[in-house]
Parts: sequence; structure tokens; C-alpha cells
Amino acid sequence: MAKHKKGKKRGKGSQRIKAKKVDPSVPSVEKKKELSISAIKEGTVLDHIPEDATFKVAEILHLGHHNGTVSVAANLNSKSMGKKGIIKIEGKFLTQDEVNKIAIVAPDATVNIIKNYEVKEKIKVKSPDVVDNVVKCSNPVCMTNNEQINTKFYVVKKDPLKIRCHYCERYMGKDDLEIV
Amino acid sequence: MEFKNRDIISINDFSKEELLYILKVVKQMELKPNSNLLKGKILATLFFEPSTRTRLSFTSSMKQLSGQVIGFSNANVTSTQKGESLWDTIKMIQQYADVIVIRHPLEGSARLAAEAASVPVVNGGDGSNQHPTQTILDMYTIQKTKGKLEGLHVGFVGDLKYGRTVHSLVMALSHFNPTFYFIAPDELQIPENYLDELFQKKIKYYKTSDLSRFSKEIDVLYVTRIQKERFPDPVEYEKFKDVYKIDEAFLQHVKKDLKIMHPLPRVGEIDKSVDSTPHAAYFEQAANGIPVRKALLALVLGKIK
Repeated sequence: MAKHKKGKKRGKGSQRIKAKKVDPSVPSVEKKKELSISAIKEGTVLDHIPEDATFKVAEILHLGHHNGTVSVAANLNSKSMGKKGIIKIEGKFLTQDEVNKIAIVAPDATVNIIKNYEVKEKIKVKSPDVVDNVVKCSNPVCMTNNEQINTKFYVVKKDPLKIRCHYCERYMGKDDLEIV
Repeated sequence: MEFKNRDIISINDFSKEELLYILKVVKQMELKPNSNLLKGKILATLFFEPSTRTRLSFTSSMKQLSGQVIGFSNANVTSTQKGESLWDTIKMIQQYADVIVIRHPLEGSARLAAEAASVPVVNGGDGSNQHPTQTILDMYTIQKTKGKLEGLHVGFVGDLKYGRTVHSLVMALSHFNPTFYFIAPDELQIPENYLDELFQKKIKYYKTSDLSRFSKEIDVLYVTRIQKERFPDPVEYEKFKDVYKIDEAFLQHVKKDLKIMHPLPRVGEIDKSVDSTPHAAYFEQAANGIPVRKALLALVLGKIK
């Protein structure tokens, strides 16, 4: 089982932002940023989030309303992705349903459930065929933007993302996504 | 094939077999209408925006089959003016009727109404999204005037960007191995999404702004009005409004058995001189609204199986 503890070897992304050993060539502001996103004892770490989706993931998961510590790091260097994002949520264990909600913006994210600084479980993001009440319809005259009802979209294509509104039947792409 | 209690919301909800079955029932309705078929049934027509043909042809169809009609054609007289949601309106009206026809300016309204109602709901047009009964009558007109649906060369001319009748008919005909010709200025060409779908289905299509380019290939020409209400800038509308004109001169260069269709109302895109030629199918198309709507009402009310 992978250790999720300061100073120990961990997954690519989490290691980068939690490393205690600091490179003296890195400017001091950078050092401070790195230290501010520390390891978590209990909760969830989302890694390998596409660079442009980090804040959307935070919105989808409604992390603005979470009582525990939430650390969001965007535009981190990644060998496999170029740039990526990481989110750490203290005191919240994401469920498979919650994880699936982020699939439309971060289908390849890795989700680690942390207990006592250790990775206890890895949850795979499963791209759903139907997206229920996660994003708004971009069509201003869609019924969903004019009456209080949940939105619903069908995933037509996963890459590049193309979804179709259950109500107005309009198509939307990745750039149109606005979180409910 | 079971249609009882089924909602008619989008042409995309129907398979090729289901569409062919509906067309068979339409023919049956046209040839041998049973005048007492819907006796004791009540249709509610909820028209939240103006309509002439759709509302009147539904009303006439219901009455010709001895059914009754309630409803409104002006949303200002309803409780929506008091802020009532569509969901609540439908929940209430379903208690008064056996079937509901709705036209509403918001897209997806008919789908929502169908989710709220326990009785079948027929979409009479939801904004610029769907108008499935129009599409079925267009298909019926093509089948009747050309004797088939398979393998036809179908041209669409005019406003292909916003015209919901065009979008729905393209999707419906794509079950029948057609070749499509999309004739419009670049600004009003068919949206890429539809072309993507045609590409996936391996359907051949051509895009052009020149009406005469494929005139000798086309079996059915579906003409649409350039919709003034779609242009925020009147100058833009003026630029496009007379861009295509179907007249006797154009008819010199078409197939002998070309059929010209139009969902109506027309403004100036088809000259009146075309009306008396064997090419004109648009008035027959409008008349086909009656057997089509009779068939759909009878099917969803379970009176025809």
C-alpha cells in the first residue's frame, strides 16, 4: 500500500506538492506555496486533474461549502500531462457517485482515499452515459434555465467531450460547461 | 408495436420501424377514417405561443374523430401569468384531458410536460427545437408523392441554421439512405452537429450556396422561409430575405418529377406561378396534417394498435 506521508515516496503529483525537502534554487514564494498544501490525515486526494478543469472539479464537488481544509493546486508541472491540478480535501471521503460526477471534466483523474496519512483506497473515475444535475445547459431558452428542474445530459462523445441536453437537445462541448 | 400512452416529443425518439408503422397508420386514417374513433376522449391544446396550422389541424382532427377539445391559444389567459410553473400547469390539466398537445417557446418544454403528465403529451413545437408532427407529415408527403422514402436525393434550401423542420426531417430521413443537398448562404448553413451525425451514419451530403448547382439531381426540394425574427439586425435580414427564389425560370432546370415542399407560411421564396405546376406539393403537405394528427392521437390513446 502506498504511503501518503511527508518525506515518503508517493504518487507523482502528491509527492511534488508535499515534499518537505526543499530545493534551495526555488524562490522563497514557491517554497511557501509548496508547504501550504500539506499532506492530509483523513480525506481525499484528487490528482491528475487536467489543468483547465481544476476549479471546475472543485465546483462540481461543492468544495466551497466544505467545512474541513481544502487545498487546491493548479498549473503544477506534470511529466505525463504537461500541467495538471491537485485537490486535497480534509475530512471528506468521496463516494463513487461523487467521483463519477467529475468524469466529464477530469476523466483520467486519480482519486485516493486517505486514512491516517495512508492511501486506503483508489477510486477509478467512471465516465457516465448520463450526467445528472452537474452542469447547466448553455442554451438560454432551454427549459432548465427557466424553471427549477434538474439538468440532464447524455454523453455523446467522451473525447473531445460532447454532451446533449435531455430537454432542449442542444449539444455542448467542454468549453460550454458551467457548473450547476 | 405499442403506442398507447406514448409521448410524441422528438423525432429522435423513434426508430425507422416505428416511423414506418406510424406512416402506415396515417395512410389508413386517410383512406378509411373512423368518425367515432375518439368518442368520449378529450384533447387539451395548450398553445403558449401563436400557431395557425398546428392548433387548428389538431382541433379539427380530434373533432373529425368525435373527440372533444379544450385549451387555450394565448398564455396570457392562464395562471402562468401569476407565476405558475409549467410543471404545475400540466399536473392540473392532466386531470381534465386524455391527451395534451403543447406548443411553448422554451426548448425542452414538451419533454418536461411529458415528465409531469400521466397522460400522453404531443409536442406541437418547443421553440426552435422539435416539431415532430410536422416531420411526420413531411415524411408522409414525400412517401405519398414520390412513392418511396428510400434512396431519395433531397435538397434543403433557405434557413438551414435555425429551421427546426429542416433539422428534424434530416434526422428522420437519415434512416432511409438519402443523399442530401444543403443550399444556403454560409451564415445560414446547417449546423455542424447534424453534419457530424450524417458523417457517422455514412450519408452522402453536399453543401452549396448555389441553388442551380444540383437542380438536376434533386428529387425533393424542401424550401424554408428566411425567418425575420431570427435576425436581431434588420439590415442582415434584408441581405438574405430574397436570396433564393423558386419560380418558373428555375423549374426549367429541374427533374421532371421534382416535388417542392414548404412547411408554410411562405413569404416570397416560392413564386405563386409554381402553385399550378405538378412540382408543387406544399398545399398537399399542409393537408396531410389532418390524417397525420388523427393517426397520432388514435395511436397514443390506444385506439389503434
